[in-house]
Amino acid sequence: MEILHFDIAAPTSAGGTRAMALVGVVASGNLEVLVERSDAPDRCAIEISTAAHGFRDLWTAVAEDFVARRAAGGLRIAINDGGARPDTVSLRLAQGVRMIEEPEA
Amino acid sequence: MSNTRQSWYEAGARERIAALVDPASFAEFIGPERREISPHLSIFDLPTQFDDGIVVGCGAIGGTPVFVAAQEGRFMGGAVGEVHGAKLTGLLRAAKAVARDVVIAFDTGGVRLQEANAGEIAIAEIMRGVVEARMAGVRVVGLIGGRAGCYGGGGLIAGCCSTLIVSEQGRISVTGPEVIETNKGVEEFDSRDRSFVWRTMGGKHRTLIGGADVFVEDDTMAFRDATRAALARAPKLDGNTLAAEQARLERRITRFGEASDATDIWQLLGIDDPWAIPDMPATGFATLADTYRERADDAR
Amino acid sequence: MRQWNTRKALREERIAAGGVFANAKAIDPKHLVDFLEAVLRPGDRVCIEGDNQKQADVLARGLADMDPARIHDLHMVQSGVVLPEHLDIFDSGIAKRLDFSYSGPQSARIARMLFGGKIELGAIHTYLELFARYFVDLTPQVALIAAVSADRHGNLYTGPNTEDTPTVVEATSFGSGLVIAQVGEIVDTLPRVDIPGDQVHFVLDAGRPFYVEPLFTRDPAAMTETQILTAMMAIKGLYEPYGVRRLNHGIGFNTAAIELLLPTYGEKLGLKGKICTHWALNPHPTLIPAIEAGWVEQVHCFGSEVGMEDYLAARPDIFFTGPDGSLRSNRAFSQTAGLYACDMFIGSTLQIDLSGHSSTITANRIAGFGGAPNMGSDARGRRHPSAPWLQAGAEADPDTPAPLRRGRKLVVQIGETFGEGNAPLFVEKLSALELAEKLDLDLAPVMVYADDTTHIVTEEGIANLLLCRNADEREQAIRGVAGFTEIGRGRDKTMLERLRARKIIQRPEDLGIDPLDANRNMLAARSIKDLMLASGGLYRPPSRFRNW
Repeated sequence: MEILHFDIAAPTSAGGTRAMALVGVVASGNLEVLVERSDAPDRCAIEISTAAHGFRDLWTAVAEDFVARRAAGGLRIAINDGGARPDTVSLRLAQGVRMIEEPEA
Repeated sequence: MSNTRQSWYEAGARERIAALVDPASFAEFIGPERREISPHLSIFDLPTQFDDGIVVGCGAIGGTPVFVAAQEGRFMGGAVGEVHGAKLTGLLRAAKAVARDVVIAFDTGGVRLQEANAGEIAIAEIMRGVVEARMAGVRVVGLIGGRAGCYGGGGLIAGCCSTLIVSEQGRISVTGPEVIETNKGVEEFDSRDRSFVWRTMGGKHRTLIGGADVFVEDDTMAFRDATRAALARAPKLDGNTLAAEQARLERRITRFGEASDATDIWQLLGIDDPWAIPDMPATGFATLADTYRERADDAR
Repeated sequence: MRQWNTRKALREERIAAGGVFANAKAIDPKHLVDFLEAVLRPGDRVCIEGDNQKQADVLARGLADMDPARIHDLHMVQSGVVLPEHLDIFDSGIAKRLDFSYSGPQSARIARMLFGGKIELGAIHTYLELFARYFVDLTPQVALIAAVSADRHGNLYTGPNTEDTPTVVEATSFGSGLVIAQVGEIVDTLPRVDIPGDQVHFVLDAGRPFYVEPLFTRDPAAMTETQILTAMMAIKGLYEPYGVRRLNHGIGFNTAAIELLLPTYGEKLGLKGKICTHWALNPHPTLIPAIEAGWVEQVHCFGSEVGMEDYLAARPDIFFTGPDGSLRSNRAFSQTAGLYACDMFIGSTLQIDLSGHSSTITANRIAGFGGAPNMGSDARGRRHPSAPWLQAGAEADPDTPAPLRRGRKLVVQIGETFGEGNAPLFVEKLSALELAEKLDLDLAPVMVYADDTTHIVTEEGIANLLLCRNADEREQAIRGVAGFTEIGRGRDKTMLERLRARKIIQRPEDLGIDPLDANRNMLAARSIKDLMLASGGLYRPPSRFRNW
């Protein structure tokens, strides 16, 4: 497995009060995204574990785009990747942020 | 603008639990934030999942407290590994200890190949867990209607449940279609003939021959309603139940042993047009099945 | 004195030679190979059917079993290279030269054989183009065709899969060639006559139906959220503003998703009756919910689809059907309809370059063209106006006075920025160019040329190439919807915002679509079973698509 870490300055802090959100599933072409809170409201930390080696540039681009466009400050995100395409990764990250903003089910 | 029916087949493990239990009643045990992942998969350079492919916890159905487990059929085909198995075993032991009913949403291809020994042991422990809980008066209700079906050790565990609720899409068997074809040849079993596979292992056939007890639409609300009803039945497991089921299975092999296709069995059950069965809608089928099916509640 | 009837004389010779192995028109099945060796001559131009769906499979086997010492160097002119036998005859030397359109399942082997020099390639055509050449310089001397049944006179019934047969027979029979038909059975009375018996010289009773492949069945269960998002954008960003009523869809999942969103998302947008009413389209099972919801007025089909026969027969107001009730398809006419009478073609591709050329050729596969380049091209001979055609023309050329301005067909490429195996949809250089260099071809096999492409839709947005005023804008418009591919990451962000202000690029949010709202509950059918139920049980899906 290749493990990648990103710690990115986040222009917008995440909303809501929920402690944790989980979206997606580890399957071929899919991924799971576990979103938790951290102590740094202006940072977003992302850790990726992927079986597809050698795509650091792509993950960097997806992660930076995500943090720039969504309210991701103060989040700690862990990803288990089953070989998802970048558009799927973006979608799951956005779903994760939306879910943690929702009230507790 | 959207379909109101929520498909059980399409839902994930967490969505199934959310649909089964009363709103806001579910509390997960050993949730994904605990990161209790498989210790074996990384050796094979395979990705792990934070819940190891099973969600377990407690909740309420119609106000009655229950334990709930749901396998995630999309992660490694819902296969049972060491952690996955331990979570279910623990849940069943707790159920016996506190005398609380258990609902298991199966979605599994059986034991995870990469952790075969641990997985096989887990299957045995889970079966023991089901039987011991049931002997103590706990109901264990199994729900089957997911992508992976209920195969291998999953099929054995399902056989031990109090009640099995199945939809048309749900398949129940021990040996899977590809394995049968590999070992016995394509003439014996053509695994790519999907309507044949479902005719042989799918929910309708299992219902008709007493391999499952309640047939429902592929709808999360239908699974919930049937689960409530199953939890209202008297819990029963004793020597008489097993002896009666053994006798039924012996009769069944005598009666249907020569049949080469499920439709032959359906004909022998007295169904006029067996070839119409696969395309029948769920409600019509359930009515017809009530008239003609074999029954094996409590054991099979 | 010149003889003016040498071709007919040659045909008479063939009929006499073949007659030895036939009873009147009925070929003795035990002597099929002897028969074929008797009627064929080395170097003959031969058409075997060979469509993309139905196959004259028994005749193909017969061809492959001939003795290459007797019959060799045939020139095959066929629309589909589909069966292994179609290429076996090149390996054995029975055939030498090939002109074709499509090679789906044989695309990898045909590439190897072309590289290895086993096949002398004439050209890769569109269907309509190859049919046209049947009447000009590629008229078959012998045609081997397939039908459902024949009567004693050689009249043929093709059933719903008429496809190429009338075109092939017309060119061959009236061009003084020999027509041989494989049929599933010989009957006293045909349900309808698709091919008159006086155009058919021999009939082989194959004793079983011809082989036919379900090609257009897309399982809704496999549709992804991204495909649904892309389909929503196409409906809201293209179908609605242009008011597209007459159109053709490709066979991919993206367009199938559009079909399944019409009765849900399209209904919500109030578009029923305003878009997607008239089609040149194969009978896609995914169109059933829209038809049942009253969206569709008429569909003309290139071919049929396995399992759709009863449904088509039960909807004669929508589909073209014969006196027997079953579908009458016709590839040549439907291709013509797609070229001249449709205002939009929308389909998927495997590669798009920075100028907007697209191709389905990858390094090791030559899948051919089929009909897409014909549908996916602006018909320069078109003269009738329609609102979408005029609007597209005005966007492309705002300065020419309206009465002298050509309209434009909407030619839309739709897809996700990364395809199967994470292969990027957008590339610097098409694999088709590398192939052309490798095989020393005059033309690179480009599916849709850049100057015909009007829009590109991906999950990231819609690029309107009609509004681009120079090559630079065009390139940035393409980069602007190329997502995280290398092409997409190479974008000029400042210029992109300018293009967005001019609506050359539209993002989901510009169209009022939240990507997070795209989910499978929006599909009018989420499984093949749902499609069967929507059809009232008339659609009978093949076993491979069932999970019941």
